[in-house]
Amino acid sequence: MGRYLLRRLLIAVPSLLGISVVLFAVLALAPGDPFGELASNPNVPPEVGATLRAKFGLDDPIALRYLRWLSAMLHGDWGFSFVSRMDVDTLILQRLPATLFIIGSSQVLALLIALPVGVYSAVRPYSIFDHIANLFAFIGFSLPTFFTGLLFILLFSIYLDWLPFVYRTDIGGSGWHWYWEQLKQSAMPVAVLALLQAASWTRYMRSSVLEVSRLDYVTTARAKGLPERMVLIKHIVRNALIPVVTLVALQMPALFGGAIVTEQIFRIPGIGSLLISSILANDTPVIMAVTFVFACLVILFNLLADVLYGWLDPRIAYR
Amino acid sequence: MKEQDLRDLIAAVKSGHVSRRTFVHRMIGLGLTAPFANRLLAHAGLAQTATQAEYKPTKAGGGGALKMLFWQAPTLLNPHFAVGTKDQEGSRIFYEPLAAWDSGGNLAPVLAAEIPDIENGGVAPDGMSVTWKLKKDVQWHDGNPFTADDVVFTGEYAADPATASTTIGNYRDIKVEKVDPLTVRVHFAKPTPFWASAFVGYFGMIIPKHQFEPYKGANSREAPANLKPVGTGPYRFVEFKPGDLVKGERNASYHLPNRPYFDTIEMKGGGDAVSAARAVLQTGEYDYAWNLQVEDEILLRLENGGNARGRVEIVPGGNIEHIELNSSDPWTEVDGERSSAKAKHPLFSDPAVRRALTLLVDRASVEAHIYGRTGLATGNFINNPPRFASKSTKWELSIDKANQLLDEAGWQRGPDGVRSKDGKRLKLVFQTSINAPRQKTQAIVKQACQKAGIEVELKSVTASVYFSSDVANPDTYSKFYADLQMFTTTMSEPDPGFFMRQFLSSEIASKDNKWQGRNITRWHNEDYDKAYHAAEGELDPVKRAALFIAMNDMVVGDPAAIPVVYRPGVSAMSRQLRATLSGWDNVLWDLKNWYRET
Repeated sequence: MGRYLLRRLLIAVPSLLGISVVLFAVLALAPGDPFGELASNPNVPPEVGATLRAKFGLDDPIALRYLRWLSAMLHGDWGFSFVSRMDVDTLILQRLPATLFIIGSSQVLALLIALPVGVYSAVRPYSIFDHIANLFAFIGFSLPTFFTGLLFILLFSIYLDWLPFVYRTDIGGSGWHWYWEQLKQSAMPVAVLALLQAASWTRYMRSSVLEVSRLDYVTTARAKGLPERMVLIKHIVRNALIPVVTLVALQMPALFGGAIVTEQIFRIPGIGSLLISSILANDTPVIMAVTFVFACLVILFNLLADVLYGWLDPRIAYR
Repeated sequence: MKEQDLRDLIAAVKSGHVSRRTFVHRMIGLGLTAPFANRLLAHAGLAQTATQAEYKPTKAGGGGALKMLFWQAPTLLNPHFAVGTKDQEGSRIFYEPLAAWDSGGNLAPVLAAEIPDIENGGVAPDGMSVTWKLKKDVQWHDGNPFTADDVVFTGEYAADPATASTTIGNYRDIKVEKVDPLTVRVHFAKPTPFWASAFVGYFGMIIPKHQFEPYKGANSREAPANLKPVGTGPYRFVEFKPGDLVKGERNASYHLPNRPYFDTIEMKGGGDAVSAARAVLQTGEYDYAWNLQVEDEILLRLENGGNARGRVEIVPGGNIEHIELNSSDPWTEVDGERSSAKAKHPLFSDPAVRRALTLLVDRASVEAHIYGRTGLATGNFINNPPRFASKSTKWELSIDKANQLLDEAGWQRGPDGVRSKDGKRLKLVFQTSINAPRQKTQAIVKQACQKAGIEVELKSVTASVYFSSDVANPDTYSKFYADLQMFTTTMSEPDPGFFMRQFLSSEIASKDNKWQGRNITRWHNEDYDKAYHAAEGELDPVKRAALFIAMNDMVVGDPAAIPVVYRPGVSAMSRQLRATLSGWDNVLWDLKNWYRET
C-alpha cells in the first residue's frame, strides 16, 4: 500500500510538470497584456507600461520566464500578482474559505438528498415516488448552474424577496444572527450546486442498489430470515455504495470548475471568481497558481478515489 | 463667436446683465464644456460659486453601513498605481486630493484651504506657478499631521520613473516647492493655462510621506501601505480583499465637522452590471451601484418597477462615442507600414465623401433605439451636460443631401448601386469592438450608406484585442487598418487641452512610435496644429476658449471624426441616499457629504 501510494505520487510529478508547461505556454502565447489597460489610457505615458513590463520580467523569453516561475514555485513562492501587487498565495488564501464552505456544504447537502432518495427509488422501482424522483433528477442535471442560479434569484430574491443574492464575506453581528445571515446568503448557491450533484448521484445510487439487490447473497440474507431493514442497510446499501464513493471523489475537481459560474452569479469571493477576473485582466501569475491548484486537485482526488475503492472493496489489491 | 464678442459677454455677466447660467449655456452652444465656461468667468475675476451640496446630518456617525456595489472591484489601493477608475475609486475612500472637480466642473477645495486664482494671488499672472494654501489641523489616519511635506513628497514619488506610477504624466514636468509648512508652490516649465492637473481630482490624491518615503522608486511595490492605506479621508481602512471587498470605518478625527455620516463603508465587487443594478433598484440590498453599462431599456424597467427602491443617476462627463475617418491609406503598404501617414486615403482625400458620411450617421436613431439616456446624440466632439447639449448642436441625417454631394463630386452609381469614380469603388471597411450597442450602431450606419451608394463592410474585433497595445496584432484600434472605426474616447479632466491632442499632427500613430501616438485618424491640419500650439501657451482664457471652439469646429467640420453620442456616467442609488456625483472626478469625490435621508 505504501509503495503503491509512493509510486502514484511519483507519477504525478511529471504530469504536473507537463500541465504547468502547457498552461504557461498557452498563457504566454495568448493575446493580451496585463498592462494593456494602461496603454489604452491616454493619461498614462507609454513609458510607464514599459517600466512595469521590465520590472515584472515580462519582456524576457518565455522559456526563461517559465524556469523562473518553476524555481520560485519549488521554493514555495507562488509569485506576485501584476494586478493587485500582492503575493499570490495571500490572494488565494483569502478566497479559499468561501469556496470550501460553499462546495463542502453543497456536497453534504447533495449526499443527504441523493442517498435516501436513490435507495428508496430502488427499493420501490417504478412506484410513483420513483417516477417523481426520476423526473427531478433529469431536470436537475439538464439545467446548467447559471440557469438555475438566475431562476433562484428571480424567484427567491426578486419576487419573494426572502434571500439576498449578493454573497458577503463580512456580514456583521455575531452568534445566532450571524448564523442566520450566513444561512440565508448561502442557501441559494449551495442549493444550486447541490441540486446538480444530487441529480446524478440519485441516479447512480438507484441503479447501484437495484443491481446489488438482485445478487444471490441478498436472497440468502432474506432466506435466513433477517428483517428487511437489516438486509437493506447492512447488505445492500453498503455494497452499493462502493461505486458511488468513487464517483463522488472523482467528481470533486469538476465541481470546483462548476462552482466558477455559480461564484460569479452570486458574487461569492471564491477561487473561481478570482480565476475569472485574473483571466480577464491577464494576470498570469494568479491564473497559473489557480489552475495549478485545480490540476493538483484532479490528481489528488483521482488518487483518493483509487485508495478509497481498495479500502471499501478488499478484493482489490494494489501492486 | 469672435474673441471680442466673448469679452463683451463676460463684461455683461460682470455687470449683471447676463446671468452666469445664460453665459454657460451660450458657451455650451459653441461647443465648449460647462467647466471651461466657468473657468472663463473665474479668470475674469468672477469667483465661481462651487455648488455646495445640502448636508443635513447634525452629528458625525450614526448612519449605519453604506453598501456600494462595484461590478469591477478595485484590485489595488495605491492611487498612484491605479490602473483603471475602479482602483481610483477604491483609493478615494481613504485618500484625498487638494481639490476636487464638482459636477459643474468647478474646483472645490478638499485639503486646500482655498482655491488659488489670480485675485488671491494663488495663480501667477505669467502662468509659471500656482500656490496652494493647505488646510490647517488635518490629520492622517495614524494621527500624524498633514503638511506641505506630504504634498511635495507625493509629487516626487509620482514623478520618479522608477516608481512606475500611472500618474507620472501629471507630475514629471513640474517642480513642487515647500514655501512654509502649510503652503506649496507648483512651478511649471512653461506657461501653463491649465494649472489644476497635479494634486487635483483623479490623479491628485496625496499620500503620507512618513508611510511611503522608504518605498519611493524601485522598491515601490513593497510598501505595506499599498495594501493598508493611511489617508486623510472620511473613512479609515479596515479590510481589503482585491477584487472582492474594500471596507472602511468612520474616521472620528475627520477634518470637517459632523462628517462623515456613515459608521462603516463597504465596496463589494464582482458579478455583472445588470445584477448590480437589480440589487440597488429592485431588491434594495445595496445603496449604490457604480458605472452601469446596461441598456437603458433594462434600467428603465427596473427603475419604474412596482416596488422599485432606487433611482438611476445620470452624470454628464466628457466621454464621446465617435466614428473616426482614416486619413491615411489602410490598404497600401508604404515603407513596410499600412495606414502610414505618408499615403493619403484614396477615397477620403475627396472632401465630398467625408462630408457625405457625416450626413449618413443617424444619431437620432442611435440614441433612441440603442443608448437611450446613456448616450446622447451630438454633433460636437467636446461635450457637455446632457440637459444643455441637444439644443445647440448641429447635425442631421440626410440621405438626399449626401447623394447630392456625391453626385456633384462626380461619384457615379454603378449597375450594383455602388458609386465609383476614376475606377475607385466607394467601398469602406468599418471596424469597432465587439459590444452589442456598437454592432447595432454599425448596422444603422451601413443601412444609410447603402442608400447613398456607399458599400460598407462591417468588422468587429474582441475588445481585449482591439484596445490592446499589442504591436504584433493587426486588429488594434491604434493600427487602424480600416477606413472607419468607432469607439469611445474619454475626456477625464474638465479642460480640453490634453483631450484635443488627439488631432495634433505630431501625435500621429505610426510604426516609429509603436502606434502609441494619440492621433489615430492620422489627420493632418496645419491650421489645427497652429491653433493648438497657440492655445497651449495662451494664458488669456478667453482667447484660449476661442481657439478650442475653432479646433472643435475643424475636427467635426472637415470631418476628421464624426461624433455619434456622448456617454454620461450612469449609477444607481437607493431612494434615501443623498450624494452628489461628478463626471469630472471620481464618483466618490464628495463621499464625505453622502448621507441617508430618514
